[in-house]
Amino acid sequence: MLEWWEGFWATYSAVVYGIGVNAMLALSIYVTLSCGLLSLANAAFMGIGAYAAAMISMNSGLPFPLALAAGAVLPALVALIIGIPTLRLSGVYLAMATLGFGEVVRVIVLNMEITGGPMGLNGIPLKTEFWHIALLLAATLYLLARVRRSKIGRAFEAIKADEVAARLMGVNVPAYKLFAFVLGAAIAGVAGGLNAHYTFTIGPNNYAFENAVDILTMAVFGGVSNLIGPTIGATILTLLPEVLRQFKEFRLALNGLILIVVVLYLPNGIWDPRRIHAFWQRRKAGKDQ
Amino acid sequence: MLKFNQISKNFGGLQVLSDVNFSVPQGGIFGLIGPNGAGKTTVFNLATGLLRASGGSIDFNGQDLGSIPPHRITELGIARTFQNIRIFKEMTLLENVVVGMHDHLDYGFSGLLFNLPSFRRIEAAARERALELLSWVKLDHKAAMLADSLSYGEQRRLEFARALATKPKLLLLDEPVAGMNPAEKTELMVEIMNIKQRGFSVFLIEHDMRFVMGLCDRVAVLNFGRIIAEGPPDEIKNNPEVIEAYLGKEEDE
Repeated sequence: MLEWWEGFWATYSAVVYGIGVNAMLALSIYVTLSCGLLSLANAAFMGIGAYAAAMISMNSGLPFPLALAAGAVLPALVALIIGIPTLRLSGVYLAMATLGFGEVVRVIVLNMEITGGPMGLNGIPLKTEFWHIALLLAATLYLLARVRRSKIGRAFEAIKADEVAARLMGVNVPAYKLFAFVLGAAIAGVAGGLNAHYTFTIGPNNYAFENAVDILTMAVFGGVSNLIGPTIGATILTLLPEVLRQFKEFRLALNGLILIVVVLYLPNGIWDPRRIHAFWQRRKAGKDQ
Repeated sequence: MLKFNQISKNFGGLQVLSDVNFSVPQGGIFGLIGPNGAGKTTVFNLATGLLRASGGSIDFNGQDLGSIPPHRITELGIARTFQNIRIFKEMTLLENVVVGMHDHLDYGFSGLLFNLPSFRRIEAAARERALELLSWVKLDHKAAMLADSLSYGEQRRLEFARALATKPKLLLLDEPVAGMNPAEKTELMVEIMNIKQRGFSVFLIEHDMRFVMGLCDRVAVLNFGRIIAEGPPDEIKNNPEVIEAYLGKEEDE
């Protein structure tokens, strides 16, 4: 049994780590979505966090928690600076502006010497352990669950539903939007820091357009009306390519097909409490008859 | 308590309001009437900070509202409802009302994060108060339902309760009976009288003349962006200029 476990872990630990990191990323975009903001900057924030944490670990003797903290603070600061002008935009305009920001970050990292240019950073010390990811994912879930149950969560929901009405209920809409943006950036940054410390190498193309879309897909696939949705979405979409490995060249096509089916038939994602509730009600009613 | 001084507003070349002067007195119900497109809703948008005046000043209890953001104006004590109802449909009735209390929930971030007693106490009190406000508009039995499931008249009443949750000194109602049948109108009239009786000042915009004349203590008439008359309902009813601008039109229909 133990032998089997060791073999399994050696092969699949990266997948398990990936689930945790992706869950944090999906939750980071959930934060902005729950406030009605379609921001696609989270891959870039992940990259900023990853580079910040990795460079601290490689160039200084500072402990891992400090590197991770820097990986949270730096993207949060960047989010604060770019959020003030860009969050005046909404809908697709915000999506385009944040995608543009992501591209700017990628090009800057690509051309800077200190970040290793197109080669990226190699030889990042392997410091991330399973419990680091589990702990930080749990902390993220706890934090977001608490926020959801407070006036902040209600303000987010109100802004998402009707910005003007929220404003006239006394909600400082620009400040709450900025808060959601910065919080999302910090979570994505920590995920980036954790990721960099088990992949050994990172490069500017790890945090580009497709990654931004992947993050959004995981959240939307799982459902963004609650915290369980993005977590499940990230888990399934991380596992799916592994499970479909036997289909070889059809793997990616099948992956896409599953995505399309879910989006078509479950527009609110896999984890949609209202639909699940209605389903059980129907079943109960059916049994009673 | 709310005073418009020489207010003008233009959108590009379109002059919507010019030299509008009136003041809403403390207590009682003040009505602003006028034909479609007279600029009534613009008056509310200026008073709540959603729009800025092109000229003149707005004064609320001695404070100039000229550069105060909308959420701060709410804090100062002006709340409003909307002509096209704007409730939060995906939230429960109770949550809708608690959103209105946003400014009055004073717990710090640590209280929220660690579920401290102060946090729980304030949240519980807010829910209790929200239930009370819902009972004022007779919706407390539906508190846990989604706002989406309410009828039109009920949604309007929910909007009242939510606006009252902000602890306003002055409540602005934008065409509260628009699109309602006579029975619903009468019911809402009683509701507004109740709100007045509880000590809130009310400022309402309305089309329905009978509704306005029966409810308001004082009425101002807006036509083509100008105030053409102001006074008690009986006086307004007999003002020839008003009859020409407004009532005469109604008879043609």
